[in-house]
Parts: sequence; C-alpha cells; structure tokens
Amino acid sequence: MNLTLRVWRQEHAQISGAFVTYPVSDINPDMSFLEMLDVVNEGLIARQETPIAFDHDCREGICGACSLTINGIPHGPNRATTACQLHMRFFADGDTIVIEPFRAKAFPVVRDLVVDRASFDRIIAAGGYVGVSTGSAPEANALPIAKAIADRAMDAAQCIGCGACVAACPNASAMLFTGAKVMHLGLVPQGQAERSDRVLRMVDQMDAEGFGGCTNYGECHEACPKEIPLEAIARLNGDYLRAALSSREEDAA
Amino acid sequence: MQWIRRFYASTIGKKVVMAVTGLLFTGFVVGHVSGNLLVYKSPQALNAYAAFLKGSAVVLWGVRLTLLASVALHAHAAYSLTLVSRRARPESYDQLDRQAGTWSARTMRWGGVLLLVFIVYHLLHFTVGSVHPSFSHTDVYTNVVTGFSVPAVAVFYIVAMLALAIHLHHGVWSLFQTLGINHPHTNRLRRVFATLLAGLVPLGFVAIVLGVVLGWVH
Repeated sequence: MNLTLRVWRQEHAQISGAFVTYPVSDINPDMSFLEMLDVVNEGLIARQETPIAFDHDCREGICGACSLTINGIPHGPNRATTACQLHMRFFADGDTIVIEPFRAKAFPVVRDLVVDRASFDRIIAAGGYVGVSTGSAPEANALPIAKAIADRAMDAAQCIGCGACVAACPNASAMLFTGAKVMHLGLVPQGQAERSDRVLRMVDQMDAEGFGGCTNYGECHEACPKEIPLEAIARLNGDYLRAALSSREEDAA
Repeated sequence: MQWIRRFYASTIGKKVVMAVTGLLFTGFVVGHVSGNLLVYKSPQALNAYAAFLKGSAVVLWGVRLTLLASVALHAHAAYSLTLVSRRARPESYDQLDRQAGTWSARTMRWGGVLLLVFIVYHLLHFTVGSVHPSFSHTDVYTNVVTGFSVPAVAVFYIVAMLALAIHLHHGVWSLFQTLGINHPHTNRLRRVFATLLAGLVPLGFVAIVLGVVLGWVH
C-alpha cells in the first residue's frame, strides 16, 4: 500500500506545532497502525530525521497508551478498537491519513502525538479507589453480589483510561471517564463507604483539571474503545446530585 | 450554604440547574400553548382565560418572578459552561468527525441565544405591549390578531418556534440524563417524549400565528 500521512509535529508544549506530510510506500495491509508508524520512523531515522513520537505500550488494546486521532476520530474509524488494534487493511491504497494528538487543555502535548494524561491519574487519586483492611484476603463468598450488578460494574470497569472520550468530545469533557469509575465502584458493595465522598472529590478534581462540561452529545461513547455506556454519565450526575444534597463532609473540598 | 456555592461552581451542578429550570420551562410551554389555543374557541374564551391568569397578583407575580429567575439561571449556567468548554480545548483539531450528536444537540447554544432574544421581544410585545401597534391590557384576543397581522412579526415568531422545537428535541431528552435517569426501561420513552413535545408544542404556537395570517382567527 502507498499512503500519504499528514502528521502533527510539535517539539514540546511551549511551542506551536504544525502538520508535516510524509509519503509512505510499501505498507503491508496486515500491519497494525502503530507498526506502520514504526516503518515510517525507521525511514526517518535512516534519513537522519527525528522520528515521530507516539505513545504505545501493550499493543493489544488493553493498556490505553495509544492516543492518536486518525482522520478526525480518536483511535480511528473502527468501532471499539484502539489505534494499536487498527490494521492497515481498513485503509485503501492511495489514502491520505491525518494523524493528530488527542486535543484538550488537560492533555498537554509532550511531543508530536504524545500527550500527558496525568490529569486522569489525579482524578483517580481524588477518589477512584476503595479502602480495604490489609491482612489476609476475606472469604470470597461472604459478600453476595447479583450477577446483573456485577456484569454492569465490570462493563464500567473496562475503561482503560485512554482519553478517547475527552478527545472526541466537542467540549473536551472527561465525564465518561470519571463516570465509568463512579459507576464501577458505586455499583458494588465494596464501593459504598466512600460513594458520596468519591463523586464529590472526583468531580472537583475533574473540573480543576480544566475539562469541559457535558452536553450529552454522545460522541464519547462512540469513540470509546471499550464502549463504556452513556449510563455512566447519568450515574455520575445522579450520584453527584445525591451527594451534594446529602453529604455532611463539609471539609471534603 | 457553602454546599450550594460548591454545587453551582461544578460543571455537574450547573448542568443540574439547567435541567431543573429546563423542566420548569417545559411544563410552562405545555401550559402556555394549551391555554393559548383557546384563541380558536372564541375571543371571550381567550380573554376570560387571560383574566383568570391575572386573577391573583401574588400567584401571577410568583410565577413571573420564578420564570424570570429560571431564565437568568439557565442562561448564566449555559454561558458559563460554554466558556469552560471553549477553554477546555485551546488548540482545535484540523478535522474532527462527529460520530454521534444530533443536529439538535449541536445547535443548543445558538438556538438558546435566539430563544432568549425571542423571550425579551415576546414579553415586550404581548406582556408589556411597548412594541405592539395597539396594545390592550384586557383584550388579549385583539392583541393577538393585530400583533400577528404584521408580517415580519409573524415570520419572527415562526422562526423562534422552530428554534424552540430544536431546543426541546435535545433539551427534554438530555435533562433526564442530567438528573441521573438513564435506564433501558425508560430510554426509548424519553426519546419519544422529547420528540413529541418538540413537535406538538411549537406546532400549537405556530397554529395561532398561522391562524391570524391565514384569516382563520380575526
């Protein structure tokens, strides 16, 4: 396959970036998108040019490291697929492919296509956890959880924290990400003790990071490689409203 | 009262305020269009209904002030959330392909601004009467007929009602999600409910304007 790439190149967050066009030839359609970029980088290195920086780790769709906006869609055109699991056979010979980073104020560009998503880590640190006693593991069957509830909690827990929801959102909102964690922990009994505090603190942190508000477009769900349902945002809203009305932790802020 | 400040400062708190005030407006427009359709019954019926609404100054001003305060809150929250969202993406995409998002969802902000302009004009037109050619505080029926006999006014009202239809189509559906209501049992229902309201309420208002324009109401 022969392709034309328009890739966002930016040395660091403090200077502005620009698109650079690269003609690419002899791409095997069975390569993954990231393998294609590897080949492009080999060529750049051979020509003594700086390779294109992009995030990647597991390359099997479960780590959430890849963060490419491909032809205007985070992770590219395939539904429920991360960029690393997107294969070149889904493109046609002669295509022009535009590759941009995930764009949000809370995701500053580190270099080229690499963005800093530590804002997500800080939202999790604010409340996305449960407190447990250390020591020996509790009896596994002591805490019954209905299968339907466990399934829904698992659906929400599938979030890999890649940030495609923010990247796709016209408001650059992080509510699907935050909602996924609030839904996951809010459904199971282990998450009840901190439920009210969790949502208040996580939303405070989410707002402090500079993410936008939700206007229920639904773009986040479409872009999500793990298909986190919009119900997660409804649960986030409902839990937040309930917590705001009922919380007695005045110092929680 | 610290909690209220914290609540309204948050993006979700503002959304909830928009949802609750939006629900209030929805109830109001349903009542408003139902009463106004009395114009098709008789001049006496509409004027009697108008007099009934003005029967108690306490109730009248209570409702008026609640609605005005709700408009102010709804508009402030929308404006403030728009600024937050603009700031959240300082560098825009070269291309961003929309995958979901209805057309009505994308026009909420400017559609809302148009509705705000309409509300101000509408109040000056039919409540205060300052932009009305021959306003009477008691003969509402004649106000309607003479008011909509001006072609530009009729066109503006119809355009505003189209904006209302689009705003309700997303708003009424969206407000349930904002209040935490999203369940497989009710998700189809709220889509149908929002679409029905978005169709019927503006249609009822437009029917009054067209009634005057076409001479059915005279």
